[in-house]
Amino acid sequence: MVGFVIVSHSELLAQGVCDLASMMAKDVPMFPAGGLPDGGHGTSFEKIASAIEQANQGDGVLLLMDMGSAVMTAEMVLETYGYTDVKMVDCPLVEGAITGSVLSSTGASMEEIIEELATVAEQKKFDF
Amino acid sequence: MKANELIPIMHAIAARIEKEKDFLTELDNVIGDGDHGINMARGFKVVETKIDGLATPADVFKVVGMTLVSTVGGASGPLYGTAFMKLAQSLMGKEEITLGDFLPAFRAAIDGISMRGRSHQGEKTMLDAMIPAAEAMEAANAEGKSAKEALDAGVAAAWAGVEITKTYAATKGRASYVGDRSIGHQDPGATSFTQMLEEVAGGIA
Repeated sequence: MVGFVIVSHSELLAQGVCDLASMMAKDVPMFPAGGLPDGGHGTSFEKIASAIEQANQGDGVLLLMDMGSAVMTAEMVLETYGYTDVKMVDCPLVEGAITGSVLSSTGASMEEIIEELATVAEQKKFDF
Repeated sequence: MKANELIPIMHAIAARIEKEKDFLTELDNVIGDGDHGINMARGFKVVETKIDGLATPADVFKVVGMTLVSTVGGASGPLYGTAFMKLAQSLMGKEEITLGDFLPAFRAAIDGISMRGRSHQGEKTMLDAMIPAAEAMEAANAEGKSAKEALDAGVAAAWAGVEITKTYAATKGRASYVGDRSIGHQDPGATSFTQMLEEVAGGIA
């Protein structure tokens, strides 16, 4: 199954998104990379790199980020390690994590999940 | 300049950032997320423990860049980290660097920040100090001025760039959410860059 890493400035937010997605897709590898190693807010290169290692069970890993330095730091981890099976996805964090992990639990490939996540931002929560 | 001359400059930058920590944070409180000074000081404190004894200027820049990426925690980490790593890549293998070596490396650093932050001049970022500094140093070098004179010209142009950041709204990062309310405030990243360049200028003969 494709694994996921949730990168956020907040340790609690990253953990919370993983908890919520895991409830909906319990066997999918979901690992948080939130906050700084000392517990403060920010994004940590080491936490992202280590979460990727844990999330990769052979079918690749998708990274979902909140914003700003989370995106830039994730990008630097990918450049540094030169992974071929780890990709960043630009989508809403919570909705993307749930859609992606549920799809992953059905055995979808990384490419299929990326394609689906590209549409998540356009899905409306309600019609006026 | 050799590594043994560059290392004291990096320590001077670390001391300057520590000294300016509260001021930078105050600037960032107004328009950003209020962590620029604290984050930069945390990064450079670790930098100070890792650079002594390194062999070449490229080694120093590389260690500074990697350390900032892994310790700063905010957007300035990947941005300055990328800049220092680009300096390292450009100066790789040189025991001693001249102004003529530094200027293209500095341009590579600017391009690196622009790529990482997906930003350009005029968006109220560190680039608004870096690009005028590069232009002024290149002009001084073309006129045959010394490295010291070129750096001084770069610092003056960078401070002018910082002043200009007060005149427009931010369109990148957290500051972009406050919109026109960021007008009138100088950019913290442009400020910290200029303080660093001032330490470089102060550290060369």
